[in-house]
Amino acid sequence: MSASVLYDAPGPKARARNRVLAVVGTLAIVALIAISVMRLEEKGHLAYEMWDIFNYAGIRQNIADAILATLKAFGIAAVGSLVLGVLLAVGRLSDHKPVRWFATGFIELFRSIPLLITIYAVWVGFLTDYSMWALAIGLSIYNGCVQAEVLRAGINAVPKGQREAAYALGMSKTQVMTNVLMPQAVRAMLPTIISQLVVTLKDTSLGFIILYPELLQTARLIASNTQVNGQYPYVSTIVVIGTIYIAMCLVLSGLANWIEKRGRRAKTGISPAEAEAVVLAGDASQAVGTTILGGPGSDRGGSTGN
Amino acid sequence: MNVLLDHFPEFRDGFIGTVSITVVSTVIALVLGIVVAGFRVSPIPPLRFFGAAWVTLLRNTPLTLLFLVAMFIVPEILFPGMSAFVLGSLALGFYTSAFICEAVRSGINTVPLGQAEAARSIGMTFSQTLRMIVLPQATRTVLPPLSSILIALTKNSAIAGAFSVTELFGWQTLMSEQGYAIAWIFVWVAAAYLVITFTISGIFRLLERRMEVAR
Repeated sequence: MSASVLYDAPGPKARARNRVLAVVGTLAIVALIAISVMRLEEKGHLAYEMWDIFNYAGIRQNIADAILATLKAFGIAAVGSLVLGVLLAVGRLSDHKPVRWFATGFIELFRSIPLLITIYAVWVGFLTDYSMWALAIGLSIYNGCVQAEVLRAGINAVPKGQREAAYALGMSKTQVMTNVLMPQAVRAMLPTIISQLVVTLKDTSLGFIILYPELLQTARLIASNTQVNGQYPYVSTIVVIGTIYIAMCLVLSGLANWIEKRGRRAKTGISPAEAEAVVLAGDASQAVGTTILGGPGSDRGGSTGN
Repeated sequence: MNVLLDHFPEFRDGFIGTVSITVVSTVIALVLGIVVAGFRVSPIPPLRFFGAAWVTLLRNTPLTLLFLVAMFIVPEILFPGMSAFVLGSLALGFYTSAFICEAVRSGINTVPLGQAEAARSIGMTFSQTLRMIVLPQATRTVLPPLSSILIALTKNSAIAGAFSVTELFGWQTLMSEQGYAIAWIFVWVAAAYLVITFTISGIFRLLERRMEVAR
């Protein structure tokens, strides 16, 4: 059901009413923004000097370093979570009971504990002096579990005939998994996997709490070390750094959507999952098994988890 | 072992803190999420645009950044002196509302076309159609994603602990600063979160079963 089914094509009266509502709604939003801007102006947060600090070479260098630090933690966590995800997914589908139980237990445990708790425990327990590794390892563990569930859903969505045909050709279990099932699962789940990578990128901001000098921590440092007009420029730094963060996440989710659209054009194979489905770090056992609803891809047999 | 027995009052406070911030921000998120979902399917273009912008912006913002905004910028604009708990619940509620909005919207999309057409043909307005026909039927399909969203919200509430809201992560940092072994602290905090998340999924399983009968 598309949205337009919910209301009739507007006649002259409805059109007039809609126009009035539109104006009122727009005015309300504009008024809210205007009040915010005025209040900020009143407190001196919009003064030229507050924003001029981003012209200083030192602060620019700080921000560049911070972006690099964020990307470094993200890179390690992305690779780590994907590797762990493949291992755990294969482990959970293994024929050996102990392996299966271990993988299931690991996934269920770490997926239901807040990521921050895990990161903090790794930081305090093992890597107090290496906050980047604590962050990257914590992210890898948590997101690895989520990616494992995504991949498992993908593998289960591969038609049964594929596996049977591969076994009939005399392939070993490993060969079936690596040559037949995994490639199709990855292809189908690519948008979801990338969406989870967006979550990983967003979650690098937790480095703020374990004092890893990524973007947010740098923002805090800049804001608390620079004094302008007798005030700390929290507002301007948070706005600038926030914009950078959101831009990075938007680029990555744009990539996910693009791949999804591209994959949908192709006629072969199982259709790719929806990128949007998984953006939240959630409990996959709830969502796996229920197809994510609606949209052009809802006819596929697979399912996605959070 | 000792860490729990020695500091049980703090642990209890933390547990209650986590539960209360979860409940408060769930209410905020549900109300906002459903309203914004209504905006996104409404016949008025600026509201549709507002809904889309809301979802895109909030979903691509790290929650920690949202907490920073709530703690440092919001008090400058609105009433200063709001408690960290209120600000934290607002940040968490706003963030989650974007996800709830998307869940509700895809729920709306699963209601058969004929339902809305029938509603329109007996002369219902947009808001009547949505309120009386479509949303009640969408509830059933929205429940499973909603349950995972709320579990995620519970887990995300840990971040509030880093912004001086009393909850379980705050207890974890406090105890580890007092020199207790992190392993046991981790076990107890994890157990507390498991209790909360299992309760949520239990409630939703119950609700789903109820709804299934109603079908």
